[in-house]
Amino acid sequence: MTLYEEWVSFYTIVRKDAQRILKIWPQTFMPSAVTSALYFLIFGAFLGSRIGEVNGVSYIMFVVPGIVMLAVVTNAFSNTATVIFTSKFFSRSIDEILVSPTPPWVMVAGFVTTGIVRGVGVGLVVLVVSLLFTHLVISNALIILLFLVLTSALFSLGGFINGVYADSFDGISIVPTFVLTPLVYLGGVFYSANSLPSFWGAVTKFNPIFYIINGFRYGFIGTADVPLLVSLGVLLALVLAFAVTAWYLTKKGLGLRQ
Amino acid sequence: MSTSALTLRNLEKTYADGTRALNDVSLEIPIGDFFALLGPNGAGKTTLIGIVTGVVNKTGGSAHVFGTDIDTAPSTARRHVGVVPQNVNINIFEKVIDIVVNQAGYYGIARSVALPRAVQILKDLGLYEKRSVEARALSGGMLRRLMIARALIHEPKFLILDEPTAGVDVDLRRSMWDYLTGLTKQGVTILLTTHYLEEAEQLCKHVAIINDGVIITKGTMAEVLALHDGSTPRDGYTGGRLEEVFLQLTHDKS
Repeated sequence: MTLYEEWVSFYTIVRKDAQRILKIWPQTFMPSAVTSALYFLIFGAFLGSRIGEVNGVSYIMFVVPGIVMLAVVTNAFSNTATVIFTSKFFSRSIDEILVSPTPPWVMVAGFVTTGIVRGVGVGLVVLVVSLLFTHLVISNALIILLFLVLTSALFSLGGFINGVYADSFDGISIVPTFVLTPLVYLGGVFYSANSLPSFWGAVTKFNPIFYIINGFRYGFIGTADVPLLVSLGVLLALVLAFAVTAWYLTKKGLGLRQ
Repeated sequence: MSTSALTLRNLEKTYADGTRALNDVSLEIPIGDFFALLGPNGAGKTTLIGIVTGVVNKTGGSAHVFGTDIDTAPSTARRHVGVVPQNVNINIFEKVIDIVVNQAGYYGIARSVALPRAVQILKDLGLYEKRSVEARALSGGMLRRLMIARALIHEPKFLILDEPTAGVDVDLRRSMWDYLTGLTKQGVTILLTTHYLEEAEQLCKHVAIINDGVIITKGTMAEVLALHDGSTPRDGYTGGRLEEVFLQLTHDKS
């Protein structure tokens, strides 16, 4: 395929799934808006008023980045995991792309881009909801956007890989329920790792989402538990590793071709 | 330049569970042919088609489409092929026109080019009035025609039809055959699998019969029909001549 033809194919994949995401907005955007509003209400307004300041900001401002990331991670992941799984397992419409000249990297890039669209979209919705509960502090908007996009990309790639390997609905629900959610909750959404006992503080540093949440939080409050470059480095390394894995699986057809 | 639309050499496929679906299959389909690949259920027809179209990974042998190796230049090979699969593999929540135009997109064809082309194909196949409805509102026969429209949108030189008339009524089948025969007159090569052997007998120039993953006979339609041993048919219903040859070759008559 020429570069232009690859662009057309990429655009087709993105356009089709983006339309689907928008068409079913009560399923794609509303749940995160409602859930995050409850988090802000309970942990921010009710409990936060008794906790006081964390890392120099109000508790609700401290938890906003983590709650945004919670929504971004789960939505970006589930978007690609569900699309890949249902299109290969039920409608088998994934064959429409597999029989075409679309190269594997274009296929991965297309589906991951729609995961980014959904992840960033949901992240922005949750940020807007947070405005109902607090005045947002923003230290560096560029870092916020960078972490939003890269985190969405990372978990879209994760969802892609999971969707390729899954051979039942359990296969695409196990990772979000038993891996992602615990990692996000234990990654410092509601607390600073510096406030933990030394053992648990050290354990937390083995959690990749800890670095993501901290880098994202740095964009808001200008301070974090780990240096910004370390967070960015961990995130970029993971994106690269997941991208290569997704591309390799697609090229070999593992889980997609029989 | 290759004179064959499809060349298979010693093709092998063994699935992960150990099932050997294809065993040393070699086949050649001349350009412009209307070729029938016949066989009982589970003989390996769909696996063979899956390998050629890229949805099944082969475990041995080689396949060339218009001289292009599907392993070394898959994108070029796939550009030549359109496929109508046996099972409906459509996202039923998509609109008819979008299904066809999006398929063009996967071949790198811009929407501005694909849209008028899709309109024409949908008109030709009697689906134009349904262009704005979701595929779930279509009947079984309409879904089959939609899959043909989708397979033709990138103007392939080689069309593969895996039981395209399964569950389609007589009127519709006849109009589909008229349309597809018209395509062969325009130079499109067609590979057909079907269980309606009288249709294959009438439409196809060449035929191969596959059983248990092995090609048991191949040749021109006249050559294969000549294999009929003239034995008295079994009691009851008797089919056409090709059907009798098919049963003769695929059944253990001992």
